[in-house]
Amino acid sequence: MPTYTLNINGEEREVDASQDTPLLWVLRDHLNLLGTKYACGIAQCGSCTVHLDGSAIRSCTFPVSAVRDAEITTIEGLSENGDHPVQQAWLEHDVSQCGYCQAGQIMTAAALLNQNADPSDQEIQSAMNGILCRCGTYLRINKAIKTAAKNS
Amino acid sequence: MTVAKTKFDRRSFLKTMAVGGGGLMLGFSWFSALAKDPKAANLPDEIFEINAYIKVHPDGKVTILSPNPEIGQNVKTSMPLIVAEELDVDWNDVRVEQAPLDTSKYTRQLAGGSQSIRLGWDSLRMAGATAKLLMVTAAAQEWNADIEDLTTEKGIITNTNTGETIGYGDIASKAVSIPIPDEVPLKDTDDFTLIGKNIKNVDGFEIVTGKPLFGYDFTREGMTLAMIIHPPAFGMRLKSYDDTEVRSMPGVKDVFTIDTSIDDPQWSDVNAFNELIVITGDTTWEILNAKKALEVEWEAVSELENSDDHMRKLADAIQNGSGNMERVDGDPEAVAARAPTVIERTYTAPFLPHNPMAPMNFFADVKEDSADLIGPVQTPEQLRTSASQLLGLPEENIHVDMTRMGGGFGRRLYGNFGLEAAAISQKIGGSVKLIYTREDDMTQGTYRPAYAIKYKAALDNDGSLMSFQAKGTGMPGDSLYANRYPAGTLDHYSCEKIPIHTNISTGAWRAPSSNFTASAEQCFMDELAEAAGKDPIEFRLDLFDRAMRDPVGEENDYEADRYAGVLELVREKSNWGQEMPGVYRGVAAYFSYGSYAAQVVDLVKEGDDIKIQKVWCAVDCGIVVNMEGAVNQVEGCIIDGLGHAMYSELTFNDGAPQQSNFNNYRIMRNSEAPAEIEVFFVESDTHPTGLGEPPFPPIMPAYANALYKATGNRYYNQPYLVKDQTMLAMHR
Ligand code: FES
Ligand code: FES
Repeated sequence: MPTYTLNINGEEREVDASQDTPLLWVLRDHLNLLGTKYACGIAQCGSCTVHLDGSAIRSCTFPVSAVRDAEITTIEGLSENGDHPVQQAWLEHDVSQCGYCQAGQIMTAAALLNQNADPSDQEIQSAMNGILCRCGTYLRINKAIKTAAKNS
Repeated sequence: MTVAKTKFDRRSFLKTMAVGGGGLMLGFSWFSALAKDPKAANLPDEIFEINAYIKVHPDGKVTILSPNPEIGQNVKTSMPLIVAEELDVDWNDVRVEQAPLDTSKYTRQLAGGSQSIRLGWDSLRMAGATAKLLMVTAAAQEWNADIEDLTTEKGIITNTNTGETIGYGDIASKAVSIPIPDEVPLKDTDDFTLIGKNIKNVDGFEIVTGKPLFGYDFTREGMTLAMIIHPPAFGMRLKSYDDTEVRSMPGVKDVFTIDTSIDDPQWSDVNAFNELIVITGDTTWEILNAKKALEVEWEAVSELENSDDHMRKLADAIQNGSGNMERVDGDPEAVAARAPTVIERTYTAPFLPHNPMAPMNFFADVKEDSADLIGPVQTPEQLRTSASQLLGLPEENIHVDMTRMGGGFGRRLYGNFGLEAAAISQKIGGSVKLIYTREDDMTQGTYRPAYAIKYKAALDNDGSLMSFQAKGTGMPGDSLYANRYPAGTLDHYSCEKIPIHTNISTGAWRAPSSNFTASAEQCFMDELAEAAGKDPIEFRLDLFDRAMRDPVGEENDYEADRYAGVLELVREKSNWGQEMPGVYRGVAAYFSYGSYAAQVVDLVKEGDDIKIQKVWCAVDCGIVVNMEGAVNQVEGCIIDGLGHAMYSELTFNDGAPQQSNFNNYRIMRNSEAPAEIEVFFVESDTHPTGLGEPPFPPIMPAYANALYKATGNRYYNQPYLVKDQTMLAMHR
């Protein structure tokens, strides 16, 4: 089984995993980073979203072998103390219901703001469109992104 | 001020004890007469009871244990909030903990039927008030003062005569020896300082920082991972499998079968597939690969059903069947026979999977004489009882802990996954976490039943409703409530129910039955109002008017004035009746779980697209405990309900569910959600009622009625944007 050296949340981590192992399961099973969630496994819901060099990717279909020397950021590494503007805005708008989808929502929102500091309503909707929330927290998500954009 | 009796009986106790460092711990468990209302939950007859747990620490901080499972309905915030209100403690000094399953201390540790707050209200208030009274009494003794002269605020007791003060943390240890009073004063609702305010989710920070709160995240040193394979179709069971190849695959530990059948199943043991294949291993990915590679043969043991057959059976029952007449007022058939206008419509809805965002999962560590079961379940007590049978262990040796749930919507009322984890752990003699894939979850069953309703109503020449007949069927049961609206609003009414057998397993699904009946009834009302030449809100209000003045029958479930109240409120707030060019509006109202909700949906056309511009919602759920959480619940119900009304359905081919993941099963997406939702609560000082479900049912018909305005077509079959809208009555 090949060994990969991954840069995750600013730390180098070594894992032994078959090359086709999705990054999601490397994070969860090998590295005990459980903040990134599984909900579909086929890139259809966005719960597993993490950053690869600052861009949002769906870790459930992203093989570990494709990471190479890119920097991975997970929800655990988004900020030191939960003080990333997106996290703070999420608290301000009390977005979460069950909370299960929210790591994926937050990581997608943070990646959006990396690329577009002041997104329009439409840009927010299209960036967030694939991130499913069965609890229906979309309006709060969109408001929180506006707030986060203002505060970043 | 209200005075409440602290009810004591054989099964009740309220006791105080000293905790480490001299604080006060108050535990209580008493029957609440109000709480025994299983019917209201539309759940099987169980005794619904409630209690809680408070710890006052020497530094004045207070721990409040939240007894009920948290599925996203926010009870972990709102239940302790009620305790804190009566306790008069600073919310910033409160720490909330999820209580484990412990029926010696707590009762009705169940999440379902929007009942947690409704049934917990009195007891939670009493818990806070009693603890406060004990501490005030202790302070009065300390100061040789009159209780009446003492006031409390934010955890501080003040003697109004002398100005002396003492914190709860300093007096708590002395309160331990004070006998429990027979009566405790409760606050007037006007004096509430926390209830009704915007209080944030107590787990908010943990969620946004990705803490492992959920069952899927639970880990214990040395545990094995396991996944199951269940039959691909209802009506099938395992015949044989060949695991020679799979056993040598990397990371695979074992392949075996389990059987979770028990002799005496409870209502919460609904499960189509008791015999399952299990693969255990080191990592999820390795087990997933083995799961794909395993060669399995299945065999049919009963009918393999198809969706086309389902439609035929529903149509046949609705057209030709006769069932149980649950209520007949007057003679609706005779009235319809001679009425100038008779309208008949049929409505259908498909099977639906729950699809909480987190698929089913559970942790189990079963030893020779004890077991730990840990995970997301809405019915921990029922799980323990069934696990005791399955494992052959006494209930007191089974410890059940609840994790936060990644959604429930009714699916986690049925704890088959907990039993499966227990069976696996017993078999391997070690601890295990069982996880389902989305596909396992969506194709496993326990679905919302498929339904059909036929309504027949007669209108007089002046547009008044003369008779109303409802005939409901479903697989396996119908969705009608005989005593709900419009029963009671007119002289001639009937309600008939016809069950149809199916081997597809079904269960409670967010707002059971109401989740369809509201659509059928409120779309029909819209057509009736139109035929009567009346405004749809006016038409409904006329009926409530009759029910207020002179109700027909004595068994009507709803309060007509509160029903009318939410319609009037939404009418006023939405400026109903005002011409708005380019805006297509629909309205609906429904009563469920003790609460009333009315909604107006505004649609606009954008090219070929029809967008939901705004939803106006009025709710009467009695006292609103946590305004922020309540508004969030209403928004969630609306968005979730709209998505299901528009897109979601589960179909079958030869017994096999045809949708298995989010690539072929559609729920609401961000861009499809209403641009705006505005929520209005009826100001109330009455007992709080349900909120996690009541705003869900009426949004579907409000949307369908608006869609009619936009397209000129009526909508009879859910999901509205996917299904052919030919009426079932035309189905051959
Ligand atoms: S789990 Fe990766 S997109 Fe759904
Ligand atoms: S908060 Fe529950 S799925 Fe989004």
